[in-house]
Amino acid sequence: MSGLQIPMEHVLALAGLLFSCGLMGLMLRRNIIFMLMSLEVMLNAVALAFVAAGAQWGQADGQIIFLLILSVAAAEVAVGLGLVLQIQRRFKTLDMDQARRLRG
Amino acid sequence: MMATLFYLAAFIALLATGLALTRTNAAHALIYLIVSLLAVAVLFFLMGAPFAAALEIVIYAGAIMVLFVFVIMMLNVGQEGIEREREWLSARNWVVPGVLAAILLLELLLALRAAPATTSGVAVTPKEVGLALFGPYVLAVEIASMLLLAGLVGAYHLGRRFIVRRERRR
Repeated sequence: MSGLQIPMEHVLALAGLLFSCGLMGLMLRRNIIFMLMSLEVMLNAVALAFVAAGAQWGQADGQIIFLLILSVAAAEVAVGLGLVLQIQRRFKTLDMDQARRLRG
Repeated sequence: MMATLFYLAAFIALLATGLALTRTNAAHALIYLIVSLLAVAVLFFLMGAPFAAALEIVIYAGAIMVLFVFVIMMLNVGQEGIEREREWLSARNWVVPGVLAAILLLELLLALRAAPATTSGVAVTPKEVGLALFGPYVLAVEIASMLLLAGLVGAYHLGRRFIVRRERRR
């Protein structure tokens, strides 16, 4: 299957829109689970921009950076969700404004 | 025809992301997020990156989202959590994040107008990706494996204490 010829501005504008959605969600939400989801959306938008750039030049490098972003997202989510469990246990809430003490 | 598919998938991705980040129920938000990731996988496939599309479905929409599902099930937030979330999402909290994100988006779109180009229409096969991955990028693969190991150790450390305390309480 060959690729499509899409104007790069459209793909990059979509990536920018998704990134802005994720950024707004990150600033808006106070629940840490939704903040982690917003981070996923932002990472995904960046990955879309990289794959689009790889498709523009017909090179594999874009997809390789996508792979690296994928591994970063996986590691970040694993540690982040472990922290979610700890915060829920210690503070009995998911509100990030309550989790202010560094030494619980 | 295929270009229409592209724009349809792009629309679905945007709509599902917007819905996901404004839900009050975390499980519903997660389903919308999965729809958004699947739509992005369709975009990857249409742009000629089938390997990235497969990984997007298997790892993002599969593994990472299943982690979220497990944690949401373990936390068991319930109805009062949804009510509290609705209270936090009141209209006045939207203003500052919305304005800041809109300004950033505007700057991004203005910067994009300077570079007209199209995607090449040449599909990059998984074979090329693999050859590049274990050729010039082999150091990056090593570093990614170290990162995943660090993530594994960190998640085990954080989760292990959670499990041990619960057993002691019984």
